[in-house]
Amino acid sequence: MATNKNTIAAGLLDWVDARFPLTSTIKGHLTEYYAPKNFNFWYFFGSLALLVLVLQIVTGIFLTMNYKPDAELAFASVEYIMRDVFGGNIIRYMHSTGASMFFVVVYLHMFRGIIYGSYRTPRELIWLFGVGIFLVLMGEAFFGYLLPWGQMSYWGAQVIVNLFSTVPFIGPDLSEWLRGDYLVSDATLNRFFAFHVIALPLVLLGLVAVHIVALHEVGSNNPDGVEIKKHKDKETGIPLDGIPFHPYYSVKDLVGVVVFLMVFFAIVFFMPEMGGYFLEANNFIPADPLKTPAHIAPVWYFTPYYSILRAVPPIGISQFPGVVAMGLSVVAFAFLPWLDRSPVKSIRYRGALYKRWLTAFVISFVILGYLGTVPGDVWGQFGPWLGRADRATVVARICMVIYFAYFVLMPWYTKKDKTKPVPERVTYK
Amino acid sequence: MSENKIDSNCLSFCAPSEVDLQKRDFLVKATAATGAVGVAAVAVPFVGSMLPSERAKAAGAPVEVDISKLKPGEKMTAEWRGQPVWIVRRSPEMMAILDKHDGDLSDPNMEVPQQPEYCKNKARAIKPEFAVMLGTCTHLGCSPNDNFAQTADWPGGFVCPCHGSKFDLTGRVFKGSPAPTNLVVPPHQYLTETTILIGDDKKAEA
Repeated sequence: MATNKNTIAAGLLDWVDARFPLTSTIKGHLTEYYAPKNFNFWYFFGSLALLVLVLQIVTGIFLTMNYKPDAELAFASVEYIMRDVFGGNIIRYMHSTGASMFFVVVYLHMFRGIIYGSYRTPRELIWLFGVGIFLVLMGEAFFGYLLPWGQMSYWGAQVIVNLFSTVPFIGPDLSEWLRGDYLVSDATLNRFFAFHVIALPLVLLGLVAVHIVALHEVGSNNPDGVEIKKHKDKETGIPLDGIPFHPYYSVKDLVGVVVFLMVFFAIVFFMPEMGGYFLEANNFIPADPLKTPAHIAPVWYFTPYYSILRAVPPIGISQFPGVVAMGLSVVAFAFLPWLDRSPVKSIRYRGALYKRWLTAFVISFVILGYLGTVPGDVWGQFGPWLGRADRATVVARICMVIYFAYFVLMPWYTKKDKTKPVPERVTYK
Repeated sequence: MSENKIDSNCLSFCAPSEVDLQKRDFLVKATAATGAVGVAAVAVPFVGSMLPSERAKAAGAPVEVDISKLKPGEKMTAEWRGQPVWIVRRSPEMMAILDKHDGDLSDPNMEVPQQPEYCKNKARAIKPEFAVMLGTCTHLGCSPNDNFAQTADWPGGFVCPCHGSKFDLTGRVFKGSPAPTNLVVPPHQYLTETTILIGDDKKAEA
């Protein structure tokens, strides 16, 4: 509470504080929110994700000022933004680059959570909200990708919506309901626009809010995976290993922001298509419902799951197992808090067994990601003794088994792992 | 007001005689049930608004296709319900080998009803020379490409660019393809020798 009532500013603040918890909110979430003092490089990505979210919302608002969600006009309106609107190409490339960078940042943020055990008690709900954010983000990216109405937009949406038609019994009706037509059409584009610009962003903002509220309730984890609230200053009650988020981490994050923006704008200015990984070449051709491009692949951030979809063979005439496997591969992250039985949280104190599993998981994830960007016969076929199976498909199946084994066997190998003793207080490495 | 504060814990200090708990319980449940009915009722137009509209349904009407200009060995593409419908006029060489690779097919005898009964024959067609089928892969709906050139181990057919599903010239799927079933033969009929009506197989009145 400000004591100097002589200044108008302090008086105004008092007036507001009597009607709205302004000062206490700033204290609780910034100036008196104590975060562990041993944060490292990995802790940039949470605040960077927030930054990208703001970038996406702002650039998105400005794109909607010129974009037309109409199958006849959509493609041309995007090209209009690119060519005729002042600054339109920068805004559009910021939005498309932002989409990919969102996933870069979020994947790194999730990896941080995994290596330091940030999903463990008492942070299960933070993690679950985070998985929710991840799912909504995937929906947001998928709906948004249809909007430019290019060939890849169109056929990507066709493939994904058809995934729902594999659901037993209700499938065909369900996908027809999602499309609002017998094929991906103007009706589909119009509703995807509605989902992309209003429905999912609202859900996303709500989830981000509860993600942060839950985090600030229990406090941040740290690279040692020890609870700083165990050792508090006897007089002040402040954790001995904690420092106020503002100014310490706000300033530290500012460094991360500067480096991030350098990378971000280097991409926006010099290689916004990222060699076809951020914006695919086929998407510069208007959607043609009668002609599928020679090679369809989703944008890079979906490819690990897409590989899993492709790797699962149909059972009988049903594609549903592949769809279920793909769904499970995403949702699997939500179960981590209950699969991990290790007595320690952080990878610093885990044994070799866990590290090997994590390494195998990351390698499988990357290989699956790569294979999802290329045709199934990229590495040719095995000889007749293996039924002329595509080599890439066989590798994808092996990686998929490792991917799921990482989760399914986790209760076993985390318990069996030889852990090291965890220090009482945080350390610096 | 301040003296009559209503507390959520009223039950614990209100005298039992003042509150009819059974009545309250009934009212709570009745209110919740009425509310649920209201929510369900209001959901109908919202969920329903996402179904294909009347205009979309009307656009799904049958289409007539003139095949008089199609030469042997050629394919033409018509549009029905926004989807590609292929009409292939098979050449005599193509016709000769239609059933020579049944062992390589997932469903050579067309057990899965992907075609009208009147097309469940060797050529999967009303007139064996003309194949009519939906050009969308039964895997995930991409449109396969033509690959009509016959080689020693390829009898000619279609290959899907998305996930490599292979189909023969009758639209039957080869083993090892991600596509689980043969291509769909849509309902169709010949209005004249050279006019096909796609999307309707009931004998039309003149």
